[in-house]
Amino acid sequence: MLYVVIAFLFLAIVLYFLLGGADFGAGIIELFTSEKNRQQTRKTMYQAIGPIWEANHMWLIIAVVILFVGFPVIYSQMCTYLHIPLLVMLMEITARGTAFAFRSYDAVKGERTQNLYNHIFVYSSFITPLFLGIIAGSAISRQIDLHPASFVAGYIFSWLNYFSVAVGLFTVALSGYLAAIYLIGEADDDKDAKRFIKKAKYMNIIAVIFGGMVFIAAGFENVRLAHWIFGNSVSLTAVIAATISLILLWVLISRGKKKIIRIFAGFQVTMILLAVGYMHYPYFIMIKGGQNLSLMSLHAPNKTIDDLGWALFIGSFLILPSLFYLYYSFQKKNDVV
Amino acid sequence: MNDFLAARSQMAISLGFHIIYSCVGMVMPLFMAVSHYKWIKTGDPVYKNITQAWSKGVAIFFATGAVSGTILSFELGLLWPKFMEHAGPIFGMPFSLEGVAFFIEAIALGFFLYGWNRFNKWFHLFTGLIVGISGIISGILVVSANSWMNNPTGFDFVNGQYLNIDPIKAMFNGSWFTEALHMSLAAFSATGFAVAGIHALMIAMKKNILFHTKAFKIAIIFGAVAAILQPFSGDLSAKNAYKTQPAKLGAMEAYYHTVPYSPLVIGGIPDTAAKKVNYGIEIPGLLSFLVHDNFKEPVNGLDKIPVQNQPPVTITHLAFELMIAIGSAMMLLGLIYFTALWKKRSWLSKKWFLNLFIWATPFGFIAVEAGWTVTEVGRQPWIIQGIMRTSQAVTPMPGIHYSFYLFTAVYFTLSIAVIVLLSRQIKMVPELYDR
Ligand code: HDD
Ligand code: HEM
Ligand code: HEM
Repeated sequence: MLYVVIAFLFLAIVLYFLLGGADFGAGIIELFTSEKNRQQTRKTMYQAIGPIWEANHMWLIIAVVILFVGFPVIYSQMCTYLHIPLLVMLMEITARGTAFAFRSYDAVKGERTQNLYNHIFVYSSFITPLFLGIIAGSAISRQIDLHPASFVAGYIFSWLNYFSVAVGLFTVALSGYLAAIYLIGEADDDKDAKRFIKKAKYMNIIAVIFGGMVFIAAGFENVRLAHWIFGNSVSLTAVIAATISLILLWVLISRGKKKIIRIFAGFQVTMILLAVGYMHYPYFIMIKGGQNLSLMSLHAPNKTIDDLGWALFIGSFLILPSLFYLYYSFQKKNDVV
Repeated sequence: MNDFLAARSQMAISLGFHIIYSCVGMVMPLFMAVSHYKWIKTGDPVYKNITQAWSKGVAIFFATGAVSGTILSFELGLLWPKFMEHAGPIFGMPFSLEGVAFFIEAIALGFFLYGWNRFNKWFHLFTGLIVGISGIISGILVVSANSWMNNPTGFDFVNGQYLNIDPIKAMFNGSWFTEALHMSLAAFSATGFAVAGIHALMIAMKKNILFHTKAFKIAIIFGAVAAILQPFSGDLSAKNAYKTQPAKLGAMEAYYHTVPYSPLVIGGIPDTAAKKVNYGIEIPGLLSFLVHDNFKEPVNGLDKIPVQNQPPVTITHLAFELMIAIGSAMMLLGLIYFTALWKKRSWLSKKWFLNLFIWATPFGFIAVEAGWTVTEVGRQPWIIQGIMRTSQAVTPMPGIHYSFYLFTAVYFTLSIAVIVLLSRQIKMVPELYDR
């Protein structure tokens, strides 16, 4: 059962990166859209993510619940030493969710208030994945110190370092990229679709640059990233698969395949996560000095893991079909309208 | 402010904020389903307008509830890592099931809010019902987690170790039923009275009388039925509290000295130094009766509890009195409503009648906050009753008071925003739905 629970944990994290990421990305795209086209982008985006954003964010809750029920020590250490970035992330999630709901449901569509909501929405859409990435980066950067000499050493440098910040920026770029790819298929007309294609290409280039920066920053911080990724066949295969799918994706975009490219983009990001994840597995958080927190040794007692596994298993029978039906119902149907 | 106090206050303010949104989120979908059903059945467009108007308000509440809930699931670890380290595997079962229920709720909500004119009417109604049902189920589950903190079972505590963990047993601990029942009724009565109060105000101001009268009726029927049942369920809760947490009951009643024919004190201000209650009305034997069903058998008081294990008496007692006062008032109002409905139809449009319900708008939510204060403050100094002290659970990170100020500011701003948006929503009713 432990493996089932771990599989669900990774599934929830990957899906949150993909779906939540695309969702944040929509705001990032809006942030980097010229004033002229903003209104149109906003409309497309609202239609595309309105019905599904709340469901997309549930993956985060599922991941957290699995962590604190199944791996309580890991959860409590993470919450202690990454308290500050988690706090920032939560504040931004709050700002973003409420701003999105308020701008759609404010009965008076005043210009000043709408502007305020838009501002909050786009900036928090940027900051949330930034900090999400920072948290993910910090988990593997070996900067978490269980016996810190000072407040700053224990609670600030645990996450404020080149590597974590580079991972944060990389996450932002990937989110924007995922969103642009998704929105291509939701655009109202060809002109719009073209704009999103352009955005997707930019975001992709930026993501590759930030990806490179992650490697450089890893060098600074003595994170053995290159060794992890290129040192074992699974991670290496995953990276190669991601690269091939990137090339295919560019070909498909120019052929105007709007839906199939989503699968390729999702696949690419999943492969990147797999490459990184596989190498440290079973370690979930890497600690300064080497006392890494392992999923295999710090799990809850077996009875709890069994019950949790069953709950997730049964839950997914209820959730997955209805979730697919939700996506299916609200994706743009060319025959309607 | 020291870090420990800051952490407790932050937890209290976060939960106190979230509970309002979760009550609305649990109950409103059912109100909407009723009005939706009436629209489908009668074809009367007013019911459709009511459903749509409510669903816009509820969308605002849902978003706020969802984000504040997300905060909470991290906050348990951010503020109480030692607690979660040990309690997570034991009381995690309801949380994992709750995760599933929330997920279904979020999916159904997407269908419901964005599904107008898109789906078959009956399917649309069905998704609205699912939102309500999964909301109530998740409320019951999370309260069951809380009841475990009050009445921890499902493990053996040996030399500081938590052994033989059984999450299912922990979930069905001896207090889950009374607590979940009382909380669910509270959600119905608080939301029902609040919604009814707002519509009563609009009727009194002679705005869209037809629309608001129909809306008032749906809300108040739910609210009144729950309010009439509430004191009975509260009695069960009090009996259970005596069985499992005698210190809490002692603090609730400010009952210091064990005596036969134990008296019930109504009102009054506890004097903790002198261990007595000033200005209260004492009714001899009533506490014995409420706890043991006979007037004589003594109820054990705070004198049987070591001082270091006693909760703060003043706050617990005053919060409890407030809840009882409001509970009695709401029950009375519920009875008045049914009298009007069945015997005195003319009351329904009378000014004094409407005024009663306008005044009662915030009552339920005040009682909810007071009730949770009783439950949580009354459990102190324990975070897990009898097992772990709250002070042992707090995070080692210094500077929590900054985070407390930050949270306070955020929740304050959000509350203002929600109030403004809601009042705009109500003001726009004539323009949106009155053609
Ligand atoms: C509309 C709200 C409302 C109203 C009118 C009442 N309550 Fe209540 N009460 C709650 C809302 C609430 C609550 C917020 O929902 C609590 C907090 C925890 C819980 O399960 O319910 C609660 C807790 C609570 C507890 C503590 C349970 C425990 O910690 O173990 C007791 C003993 C009572 N209530 C008793 C009563 C009585 C005798 C009432 C009769 C008038 C009453 N309540 C009215
Ligand atoms: C939503 C309704 C709730 C409200 C309004 C509420 C209120 C409070 C208050 C006032 C405190 C501070 C008590 C003190 O330190 O003196 C507190 C503490 C706490 N509550 Fe609740 N509570 C609620 C539900 C829950 C639930 C469902 C859980 C968890 C399953 C929970 C877990 C905690 C924890 C862990 C603390 C901190 C430790 C402690 O003070 O005992 N609460 N809550
Ligand atoms: C008595 C206390 C509580 C009740 C009755 C309650 C109930 C609810 C309900 C009905 C919702 C659905 C959203 C809405 O209606 O706005 C919700 C949202 C949420 N709650 Fe609570 N809750 C309580 C306390 C807590 C606690 C202590 C936690 C965390 C440990 C928590 C975590 C969440 C989360 C993560 C969500 C967001 C789910 C979504 O996106 O729909 N809740 N809560």
